[in-house]
Amino acid sequence: MPHSTDEPGARETGRAEVGQVDQVAEVAEVPEFAEVAVVGAGPAGLAAAVTAADHGLDVVLLDAADAPGGQYYRSPADGLGATRPGRLHHHWHTFTELSARLAAHRDSGAIRHLAGHQVWTVERTGDGDWILHAVTGGDQETRTAVRARRMVLATGAHERQLPFPGWTLPGVVSAAGAQAMLKSGLVLPGRRIVVAGSGPLLQAVAVSLTRAGARVPALVEAAGYGAYARAPRVLAGNPGKAVEGARFGAALARARVRVLTHRAVTEVHGDERVEAVTVSRVDHRWRPVAGTGRRIACDALAVGHGLVPQLELALAAGCVTRPGLDGTHAVVLDARLGTTVPGVWAAGESGGVGGVELALCEGELAALSIIREVRGGVRGQEARRAIALGRSRNRLRAFAALMGTVHRPGAGWSEWLTGDTEVCRCEEVTAGRIRTACEELGAGDTRTVKLLTRAGMGWCQGRTCGFAVRELATAHGTGQEPGGPDRRPLACPVKLSTLADLDGPG
Amino acid sequence: MRRTRARTPAELVGSEPGPEFQLSFDGRPVPVLPGQTIAAALWSAGILSWRTTRVHGRPRGAFCGIGACYDCLATVNGRPNQRACLLPARPGDTITTQEGDGHAALDG
Repeated sequence: MPHSTDEPGARETGRAEVGQVDQVAEVAEVPEFAEVAVVGAGPAGLAAAVTAADHGLDVVLLDAADAPGGQYYRSPADGLGATRPGRLHHHWHTFTELSARLAAHRDSGAIRHLAGHQVWTVERTGDGDWILHAVTGGDQETRTAVRARRMVLATGAHERQLPFPGWTLPGVVSAAGAQAMLKSGLVLPGRRIVVAGSGPLLQAVAVSLTRAGARVPALVEAAGYGAYARAPRVLAGNPGKAVEGARFGAALARARVRVLTHRAVTEVHGDERVEAVTVSRVDHRWRPVAGTGRRIACDALAVGHGLVPQLELALAAGCVTRPGLDGTHAVVLDARLGTTVPGVWAAGESGGVGGVELALCEGELAALSIIREVRGGVRGQEARRAIALGRSRNRLRAFAALMGTVHRPGAGWSEWLTGDTEVCRCEEVTAGRIRTACEELGAGDTRTVKLLTRAGMGWCQGRTCGFAVRELATAHGTGQEPGGPDRRPLACPVKLSTLADLDGPG
Repeated sequence: MRRTRARTPAELVGSEPGPEFQLSFDGRPVPVLPGQTIAAALWSAGILSWRTTRVHGRPRGAFCGIGACYDCLATVNGRPNQRACLLPARPGDTITTQEGDGHAALDG
């Protein structure tokens, strides 16, 4: 029985503990139907939803967040009264334009925007439709489902992390997390923040932090930007990317951020919170060079090593994935963004991490492909638009591949671990225990390491440590990881009662 | 792109927030701006940890900031295992440092 919200004490009881079995509101017996369901209201999902609706399709847009935008276009909560939210963003006008189109379609009923709906699994019905199961409500206690003929997965990515000594100390935060907390809550983890790891996101984060008043003494990049210059044809095809890089470089220089390439944070100092970091030189394989450590005082560290596509729903739908040059797995897509499963398209990071411009392009292209299928063809103007988008996509995908190659962690990163460095933050499993499992007990894949050590078995289901554990395990094993990407049958923790009802009505 | 540097995030975006309220963290009042999550309010007050781990009792706070890592679990109004980075703070919320899985107090 749902709690009444005006009942005294409702606030205390209205928040279920994560994963706790509790009372659950009834799920609708007959799910709402839509021609197209789009999962994710980030750049790719928004572009897909508004394009599909522009062309007269009936769309339902499901998104875990309360406001559209995804992680990239996260904006301050309404109560914070930001009069210039665009100051924390690039391409903000693109988002305001998409938001306006979404609002217009919402008003006309062409798009039903189910905000605050976390889709936790999808299943195919006997007649080829898809049922998308979601949880919603303040503490995700309410179950709901949507039935759709076609589905666009635009589920984005989360940040890739590599462990290093001291990375569990308070004040060490994910770079994307620092950005998210800043964009949504207007807060900083410290006043003097080192930004470290690898990938272009670090530049954006460092610039945002300095604009918001933090001092960023150093941006520590384990790879080097020079590697981009070794692919002149890809760069020539993407002049905008070079301009963007130059702009970030100038902004970092103005903010007096020292950019230290071919270096990594190899130790964090502090007792209860960050007081300083040690930055060491790394070779081309990311092996730290002994004797090169230099201490930098700071009160926070924002760290990340690129992004990992979130594939839970694509895997649940049965989509085939492939390993990418960046070391992550992504959904296999055809030129029209169809997955290997009929009725399922994917756009944005799901098909391989590539950034916002690619996500916008692919979202629109996926919608045009669906329109083509629904109508059995497209008219001149739409056909020309699809061709132009396809060309942009090829160019941007080439750049994404280059970016993935440049910033793929070198095999030597694990040499900065000490035996007592925690790799799995949830279960507090150290590198020493994982090495013992591999070297003495013969584990050669993440599954065996997990069973022996519990690494990856905690709350986050291996999202944080998955990449690192795989690298550590396969370094000792055959080097061939069975099964491809990490599999999580549920895209988020759900209550047992929710699961139990899946085989029930419907 | 040239802009004068703001001193705070709120100044950067020209924030004109609604009236401030308070939550309580381990008995200490913490100011909150409307719309902020519990984690954001705690960061604003310079508090970076609100949980100790089950095995080694080490301090932890927000890490991923997007609800994926579960490092920011806190006990909110007596209920353990709430993701502080996602949960909007409300007036009068009582946050207590969560020890381990947060059930020790319940087990008596």
